[in-house]
Amino acid sequence: MRLINLKPTRSWRLSLAMLPFALLIVAYLFGSAARLADNPQDKLLPSPVQMADAIKRMAVDEDTRSGKVLLWVDTAASLKRLAMGLAIAALLGLSLGLAAGIVPLFGASLSPLLTIVSMVPPLAILPVLFIVFGLEELSKVMLIVIGITPVIARDIEQRAREIPAELLIKAQTLGANTWTLILRVVLPQLLPRLLIALQLALGSAWLFLIAAEAIASTDGLGYRIFLVRRYLAMDVILPYVAWITLLAWLMDYGLKRLTRLAFPWYEGSRA
Amino acid sequence: MSFITVRNVWQTYGDQVVLEGLRLSVAEGEFCTLVGASGCGKSTFLRMLLGQERPSRGEILLDGQPLPGEPDRSRGIVFQRYTVLPHLSVQDNVALGLELPRAPLAGRLFGAAKRSARAEAARMLERVGLGHALDKYPSQLSGGMQQRLAIAQALIMKPRMLLLDEPFGALDPGIRKDMHTLLLELWQETRLTVFMVTHDLAEGFTLGTRLLVFDKVRHDPQAPNAYGARITYDIPLNTDRRAARAALDALPAHITGGVQAA
Repeated sequence: MRLINLKPTRSWRLSLAMLPFALLIVAYLFGSAARLADNPQDKLLPSPVQMADAIKRMAVDEDTRSGKVLLWVDTAASLKRLAMGLAIAALLGLSLGLAAGIVPLFGASLSPLLTIVSMVPPLAILPVLFIVFGLEELSKVMLIVIGITPVIARDIEQRAREIPAELLIKAQTLGANTWTLILRVVLPQLLPRLLIALQLALGSAWLFLIAAEAIASTDGLGYRIFLVRRYLAMDVILPYVAWITLLAWLMDYGLKRLTRLAFPWYEGSRA
Repeated sequence: MSFITVRNVWQTYGDQVVLEGLRLSVAEGEFCTLVGASGCGKSTFLRMLLGQERPSRGEILLDGQPLPGEPDRSRGIVFQRYTVLPHLSVQDNVALGLELPRAPLAGRLFGAAKRSARAEAARMLERVGLGHALDKYPSQLSGGMQQRLAIAQALIMKPRMLLLDEPFGALDPGIRKDMHTLLLELWQETRLTVFMVTHDLAEGFTLGTRLLVFDKVRHDPQAPNAYGARITYDIPLNTDRRAARAALDALPAHITGGVQAA
């Protein structure tokens, strides 16, 4: 059989999915053991025991100075910023994209603007945000909003343009005005797309969150990682990165499930 | 007075002349089938009747008044594709037409009004043979059933004119025949004026009371776009149906009301 015609069975698929992860872990364990055998003080590749110790310190024990369990404080702070940023960006992106994609008069002004604005590197204007919005929560949320809103808006605009003209005409023959046309025909068809756009923007949203926290913050997952970097504390950084990855994956998975649950018509209609 | 009057209508896109000097007068209740080669402007003419396009020259009158320049409730449309809303169930697809005109702000009805709209939609769907599929989504329906749904959706609005743009072009011959029967029955019940674009000449002859053939009369081999199509043949058909219809119209309203309800 040719390679292209060989398809993994269910159990094979699972093992093949595990394989790269297993290889990575094994490689790390060997590397870590080798370095620690050379120099027990080595901080670069901590052993699983050292990491478990660090996790216990961060996630179970109370911090001696603040009396709080740091991992949970950091997680709550980061998730709050992320959720606010995502929610605002989703709302803004949906409104802008929908207006630009469906109402030609609005699109004439909005489309060029969105195209240009989405080219501005958000991190380059981070100082501006700090100057304008201060060093508090607002500037961090704004970085996420500014970073991902243009992407979402442009995606939604595209999807809105892809709605067949026939459907918009049909709705008008059913007695829709512009507002109810948007409300009952366009919006419901774009909501699943919005969830997918959010899913794709999730990676950048985390990037902007960590960047903002690294530069000016007193808590948060990004703040902690950049704080302990000074002590070369890889035993804290690596579990934190793994934890962020897990959170991001869970959000991605949750959005995917939500799309399927909330919009059962969506998958079938694309066929 | 004729229901629809087309007065010297031209449609041009840049240098390209699609339709030239169209003159036509259609009485209420006629079933016009529009045939002709691809690209001869019959769909363009249908889009002008719908209000999706405006003639470059000339005018189309409805009851002596210029035709509204955008699609509205008085004109129903069934396209070949993308004709029903994928995110609404079969029943809601039809009920939407009852909800939208009555709720210009919310776009939906609530409570008893909603229930009665859905019940009316269900009756209409029963009539077109979709009574068993009320809760399905359009993607779960076959092509023929989707077109039934589209017809029900158009008819619930009680339009004065039904426009069909190759509605059965993508269907199997057997299904197409069922659809013809259904369409004729509905036409007889509702006294609608129907315009139907079709590629299938036989379909045009079976269904219509009037067959309009679109064709180019003049050709310039150096400039194929210089001249547009006209209506070259205007053939009255199925005079028995037409006569039955006229006889029905002649009856006093209190009797015909009874006939329609039956």
